[in-house]
Amino acid sequence: MASAQESARIAERRDIRNRWLLSAPALIIILLAAIGPLFIMLAYSFMAKGDYGDVKFGQFSLDGWFSVFFQRDIFDDTISLADAHLTIFWRSVRLSLATTVVTLVLGFPTAYFIATRPQNKREIWLFLITIPFWTNLLIRTFAMQEVIRNEGILNTVLLTLGVIRSPIQILYTDTAIMFGMVYVYLPLMVLPLYAAMEKLDFRLVEAGYDLYAGRLQVLRRIIIPLVKPGIIAGSILVFIPSLGAYVTPRVLGGGKNLMLGNLIELQFGQGRNWPLGAAISITLMVVVMTALLIYVRSAARTGADNNG
Amino acid sequence: MKWKLAALTTALALATSAGAAWADGELNIYNWGNYTSPELIKKFEDTYKVKVTVTDYDSNDTALAKVRAGGHGYDIVVPSANYVQIWVKEGLIEEARPDQMENFKNVDERWVNVPWDPGRHYTVPWQWGLTGIFVDTSLYKGDINTSAIFLDPPEELAGKINVAPEMNDVLYATIRYLGGKWCTDDRALLKKVRDKLVEAKPKWIAMDYGTIEKFASRDYGAAYYWNGAAIRAREKNPDVRFGYPKEGFPYFMDSVALLKDAKNPENARLFMNFIMAPENAALISNFAKYANGIKGSEEFLADDMKGAPELNVPKEYQDAGEFLESCSPEVHDLYTKIWTEVQK
Amino acid sequence: MGKRFDIRAQPGFATIAMFTFFLLYLPIVTLVAYAFNAGDSIAVWEGVSLRWFVSAANNDIVQQAALRSLIIAAFAATISTTAATMAALATTRTRPYRGLTFKYAFINQPLMVPEIVTAVALLIVFSRIKVWTGYSGLGYLIAAHTAFCIPFAYLPIRARLEGMDLTLERAAADLYATPWMTFRRITLPILRPGIVAGFMLAFVISLDDVVITEFVKSGGQDTLPTYMLGQLRRIVTPEINAIATVFLMLSVAIVTAFFFLNRKKA
Repeated sequence: MASAQESARIAERRDIRNRWLLSAPALIIILLAAIGPLFIMLAYSFMAKGDYGDVKFGQFSLDGWFSVFFQRDIFDDTISLADAHLTIFWRSVRLSLATTVVTLVLGFPTAYFIATRPQNKREIWLFLITIPFWTNLLIRTFAMQEVIRNEGILNTVLLTLGVIRSPIQILYTDTAIMFGMVYVYLPLMVLPLYAAMEKLDFRLVEAGYDLYAGRLQVLRRIIIPLVKPGIIAGSILVFIPSLGAYVTPRVLGGGKNLMLGNLIELQFGQGRNWPLGAAISITLMVVVMTALLIYVRSAARTGADNNG
Repeated sequence: MKWKLAALTTALALATSAGAAWADGELNIYNWGNYTSPELIKKFEDTYKVKVTVTDYDSNDTALAKVRAGGHGYDIVVPSANYVQIWVKEGLIEEARPDQMENFKNVDERWVNVPWDPGRHYTVPWQWGLTGIFVDTSLYKGDINTSAIFLDPPEELAGKINVAPEMNDVLYATIRYLGGKWCTDDRALLKKVRDKLVEAKPKWIAMDYGTIEKFASRDYGAAYYWNGAAIRAREKNPDVRFGYPKEGFPYFMDSVALLKDAKNPENARLFMNFIMAPENAALISNFAKYANGIKGSEEFLADDMKGAPELNVPKEYQDAGEFLESCSPEVHDLYTKIWTEVQK
Repeated sequence: MGKRFDIRAQPGFATIAMFTFFLLYLPIVTLVAYAFNAGDSIAVWEGVSLRWFVSAANNDIVQQAALRSLIIAAFAATISTTAATMAALATTRTRPYRGLTFKYAFINQPLMVPEIVTAVALLIVFSRIKVWTGYSGLGYLIAAHTAFCIPFAYLPIRARLEGMDLTLERAAADLYATPWMTFRRITLPILRPGIVAGFMLAFVISLDDVVITEFVKSGGQDTLPTYMLGQLRRIVTPEINAIATVFLMLSVAIVTAFFFLNRKKA
């Protein structure tokens, strides 16, 4: 009947309007204190760089964007792909991917463990995970240095156990950066995973076992698909910030090898090239945002299917 | 319970952000982190009944960006020598004429007519130092007064060298090592500079701050770093010696300047005069462990600093040291490109 | 059948979990140990002493900085978690509608940009506002922190919400419960672990922020991380370790208090 359809449509429109209202506070805050200011950065990326940092306001220039992708060889003026930038970009992507994988491998069982504790104990375990992060990032990174340097704990243990014969140089390598980032971003993986796992309906698991599935099968085909939103949320929360990380690479990598975050910071600092810094960041943001949008489109579709 | 907590925190927030509800005397200093002696501040506060706040920055560029943007609320800033002219050119600091202040007579003649503030119309010396060579002499017994230690490292030290991640200092040493002058745009020479650095870098273990502990733990065998840290490194590891690169080394000097839009210019002037007194300058040195530019402060210095070889440039190397000027933007660009290539 | 078959257990998971906890706390143990170092290095042990705690207790600046960090984090985490919860409710469990993708990207945007960029952009904007209004309190810092905390709170809450069983809410509606009642008594309690996770994440993220705070802060508004950033170039002493240890004790105390309060409720 026409009126039934109509009332359904009205209800739907009201629903959408309510949703907009609900999301308003978050959107406004972010607009004012995060995205709005970014438009300024966008504008800056199209300006000429100032002599001593900052920009020559209002002077249009494409130099910033040009320098992101191409470079003029300093000595013979030939134009080529910006090799330095590509190296740095690739290193950052590699390390961030490695970090995400390691945090997942460590974080999944940990989150699962916490989610399967008795009800009243769970939040305690959660706090236990986050307590180390109440100390400051810088100190934690210094403490991590202690653990991995040549005469540090890790090497001492390995030496005593006879696994290695002389200390492995871990500190100041890319591996050290990865260790550091895993350490920093672990709770970002564990907490979303926990949130998704905590509501896992174990009757489904039990059903799996009733059907003679082995433990691994149950894991692979029941548990993991059910907590997929948590896995994805955790991966996003680890991968993206780690791409722009800057303190950890600086302290643990010895500063010799730049990552994207350091490169960008250099432009706003000693490099005095704000337009380039702005352009690199916007490029990074666009790349990441595209990947994210593809995800949310597909998630929304499956979400709608599930909840129909 | 949640409401009580909210109320409490609101009260605390208001209390701390109100902050300056003190007497009408206030002073807001914007200085490098861990560079301002609390004793000095206390003495100043007690002498003049002024409430002092100190805010930290960790780089010249951050400070410049923040002040340029406006609305900062600081009265005093402490830029490095090679930035002072930039601050002047951008109209950010006041010509406070410290050379007409009462205590100016105490300033060491060496530091009065510096190339970046001749006659001291704008700034007062805070601390000075230089970047030089550290070597753990238990590992290497050769000549340490040369940049070859980090540019053409001897075998015993390869793989254990730290180089300060300071673009200007490193490029300066390399340019001079290869016979050039600072701010050169001789492409052929710069190509050699870049190649030399790229070639040397694999022999370095790090380009980091925080050198002292690493000498103590013997993670580092050599370094190109600031001399103040050398004293403390030597305290922890008696084998550490400081060398003055004879090919050329950069001085640094941080000086106190009055900001044009300062809200408390009178108190700032009092402060500038205050730190030119020998006993006060010594307070600064004892805290930050660098030399100050004031005559007569030696007797007030802490024992470990009196006569320290790291603070007193030997006669034969005095000409090798230079203050780095700010090069033209084009040259600066060139140098930044080289630096990025080295660091990538 | 002898041993009870635990359907929840997975091979090796408990081991890995314990190992992870161990790894997490190992550097912390080192850190706390060096807070008691008699020497003044954070890497070379020279015996036991309480001097750094004394030094930290006498260090007004560091205490104020720490307090400031806590206040900002408390405000930022609370506001951002609230906003994030509302936003999560608005953007999940629905067919894609116009603007949904846009909203999702918008909310997560702070995550995607390196902090230095947001920091400089905020510096420019807030400086203008500071000049116009003359206000330079903690408001700017709280606003900035709230903004970048939102996605951190949002994602765990959303993960929890997605795939949540709608039948309970439908049942409540069938029983003539108003939407608000349904929310308060059914949705919210189920959502609680996600909200708690989100809040804690936001709190910790705010506590740790250094780059944005460095650029947005006004005179005398150093937070603990910016204070330490300033120390990075100079000399790092175990005083920092002492402060971190105090923070640690504080958080343990809060957790214990929370635990006891919860028990009473049950």
